[in-house]
Amino acid sequence: MLVLTCPCCGAAAEETELAPGGEAHIARVGPGADAEAFEAYLFHRKNPKGVHFERWRHAHGCGKWFHAARNTVTLEVYGTYPAQTSEPPRQLLDKIAARVPGFAWEGRA
Amino acid sequence: MKRYSAFAIAREAASYHEGWEKAWASPEPKARYDVIVVGAGGHGLATAYYLGKNHGVRNVAVIEKGWLGGGNTGRNTTIIRSNYLQDPSAAIFEKARSLYDGLSQDLNYNVMFSPRGCLMLAQSEHEARGWKRTAAANVLQGIDTEYVDAKRVKEIVPIINIDGPRYPVLGALWQKRGGTARHDAVAWGYARACSAMGIDIIQQCEVTAVRQKAGKVTGIETTKGAIGCGKLAIVVAGHSGVLAEMAGFRLPIESVALQALVSEPIKPVIDTVVMANTVHGYMSQSDKGELVIGGGADGFNNYTQRGSFQHVEDTIRALIETFPIISRLKMLRQWGGIVDMTGDRSPILSKTPLGNCFINCGWGTGGFKAIPGSGWAMAELVAKGEPGPLAAEFGLDRFGAGRFVDESVAAGVAH
Repeated sequence: MLVLTCPCCGAAAEETELAPGGEAHIARVGPGADAEAFEAYLFHRKNPKGVHFERWRHAHGCGKWFHAARNTVTLEVYGTYPAQTSEPPRQLLDKIAARVPGFAWEGRA
Repeated sequence: MKRYSAFAIAREAASYHEGWEKAWASPEPKARYDVIVVGAGGHGLATAYYLGKNHGVRNVAVIEKGWLGGGNTGRNTTIIRSNYLQDPSAAIFEKARSLYDGLSQDLNYNVMFSPRGCLMLAQSEHEARGWKRTAAANVLQGIDTEYVDAKRVKEIVPIINIDGPRYPVLGALWQKRGGTARHDAVAWGYARACSAMGIDIIQQCEVTAVRQKAGKVTGIETTKGAIGCGKLAIVVAGHSGVLAEMAGFRLPIESVALQALVSEPIKPVIDTVVMANTVHGYMSQSDKGELVIGGGADGFNNYTQRGSFQHVEDTIRALIETFPIISRLKMLRQWGGIVDMTGDRSPILSKTPLGNCFINCGWGTGGFKAIPGSGWAMAELVAKGEPGPLAAEFGLDRFGAGRFVDESVAAGVAH
């Protein structure tokens, strides 16, 4: 069973406690953005086969949103971090790069 | 290709059944094809079949990274129905259902289509109102469904518990002409018919890159070398995002795991398909006697063909309340498949930003029932370069335009 440690309350939360919230670090398009950019923001997803940064909510716990880095092929969890950031922490990216050959953070979608 | 028939069985019996030929050939890839279909699941093989049969396009290869029909075609719960609310969905799923009706004769391969009826339970007032609305929509679409009351549900499925403590059965949407088919046979039947037309089916051949020039596709690179093509059809379900990335565009799709399981075989207890969407489980009985059971999909991205145990537990809990008689049964096998979910839970049959490259994906949790209709519509799209009436509403552009085919709202659940 998937277990994520909530960075807000510190609890090791099982999957039944958590609500998935989809891909993280999607940059909201600003005023004046064209229709294609808005479409991409709303609908287009990386859906990677490999490292995935995603949003989760500790729904049956402290209730807070947070981020997790997970592998969609091995189901390995690399770590969790607070949602109040626009990029994953450098330390976590280094940890993933050491585990996954060829991994590089591509920046926000 | 020798025809299968009663006479063929008699003829082959005379030589101790040693003369049966292989159902399809396994050739090495040629240097170039007019059309390459990526994905030898039901949808890909049906696309190739109708390209050959309806449009005379036979210089076609179907490329498969694993084995034929080994993805979601071999992993689903084989339910066939067309009782959809939205007109575009009803049209393509009814086309598929009607093609299933005569598919065994058409392919000369027994796909064991069994129109045993499909019952979708209403277990809340909201759901009952929704199914009545769908039944009314189906009348206008020319699809034979009706809303039946709880008493009639009990007559159709004697083992059902209509007085459940939490979600009593209020009624159901009943499609008599829905049912099940043998899922592997659908893939095998299409493969055999494709092979007989001279279409190459190339298994154990993974696509590693998509070649393009001046905005148009020119071929693919694979683990068996480069293959040129005039047109490319991507029909790979859960891995659509991976292929789209090779072709240089993104899709409004996320891949998640959906699970199914079967019980030990028992004597016949249920001769229809029952779907309980409020409690989220569905069940039918195979010819071998196993109860074939499905439930909800996981909510997070996953490419592993393994799902969360909690969904197995949720599904079983729901079905035991609905069918108390099954509570002592043991489960034999459980497995998962990777399904490609779109935002509106409707498929994509579309041109793509890359010229001469077409995609058929997004069938999510309900692709098996659509195989013949999907292949029919996709073949037309690939052959003519423009979608026909069945595919017209399922373009990629519908997301930007806000023109959804919103079955996620209509069904309330994955479908």
